[in-house]
Amino acid sequence: MKQQSVAFIAGLVFAAGLALGGMTLPSKVIGFFDFSDGFASWDPSLAFVMGGGLLVFMPVLRLAQRRGRPIFGDRFRLPTRTDIDLRLIGGAALFGIGWGLAGYCPGPALASAGYALTSGAFADSLVLVLSMLVGMKLAQRFFTPRSIPE
Amino acid sequence: MENFTPIQSLLGGLLIGLASALVFLFNGRIAGVSGIAGGVLRFQRSDLGWRLLFVFGLLIGGAVWGFFDASAFDVVPRSYGSLIAAGLFVGVGTQLGSGCTSGHGICGLSRFSGRSLAAVLTFMVTAAITVALMHGPLTEAAR
Repeated sequence: MKQQSVAFIAGLVFAAGLALGGMTLPSKVIGFFDFSDGFASWDPSLAFVMGGGLLVFMPVLRLAQRRGRPIFGDRFRLPTRTDIDLRLIGGAALFGIGWGLAGYCPGPALASAGYALTSGAFADSLVLVLSMLVGMKLAQRFFTPRSIPE
Repeated sequence: MENFTPIQSLLGGLLIGLASALVFLFNGRIAGVSGIAGGVLRFQRSDLGWRLLFVFGLLIGGAVWGFFDASAFDVVPRSYGSLIAAGLFVGVGTQLGSGCTSGHGICGLSRFSGRSLAAVLTFMVTAAITVALMHGPLTEAAR
């Protein structure tokens, strides 16, 4: 129950950060990857989103680990693998293609879908989210095992 | 760089970092959106609850933000076919690649994971290539 409350609040804060940061604007995301006229109209804003995230999470990660265990859990669950394999690179490559194609990565797609569901506007994100969930399920079904920790 | 929004984007990033910090510090979990959403689809009862609530938080957070500030959302002209293809690529890719912008980009890079750095560089490059192709051969096909 406590863990679920934290997760819900974190989801809300996460969505606010995405919206404030410009991640829910596919036009802005595509602007970040658009070098069609060199750097003249390049929009580097999204690098600041990632920078802000790292600025907070990097120290908190270390402080939390020094504490030994999470406040509401028994242990920290972190990935243990260190090998760089084809599956990792191939998956990341496919993800990048999808991200560049429509301008939505998973978090912003879900936050935008929440807005679409309540406002009726921008149904694009809903179509993308449904398709993304199908893709996730297909990958889980046909490509096991996974490397994400439980 | 007319659309450059360094302050808002940095603040947004700080909030995303804060959300990730909450999930890790309190629950001991990595706040990777594709990992959490993918976990929901596995329907494992023991940890379905927090995953679902995180996703609900994202959906409701987006809805509430949009209610006060609709300008935070927009669309680019894409056909249904392109949107479906993009969703499939994102869904399959993030499950095979064990993460997305948040899991690899924020959490993975924060712990200096070589796998995450490799993933981030890879998806940044393929995204940029895709956007470049959209200006040329893919422009009409995607609309």
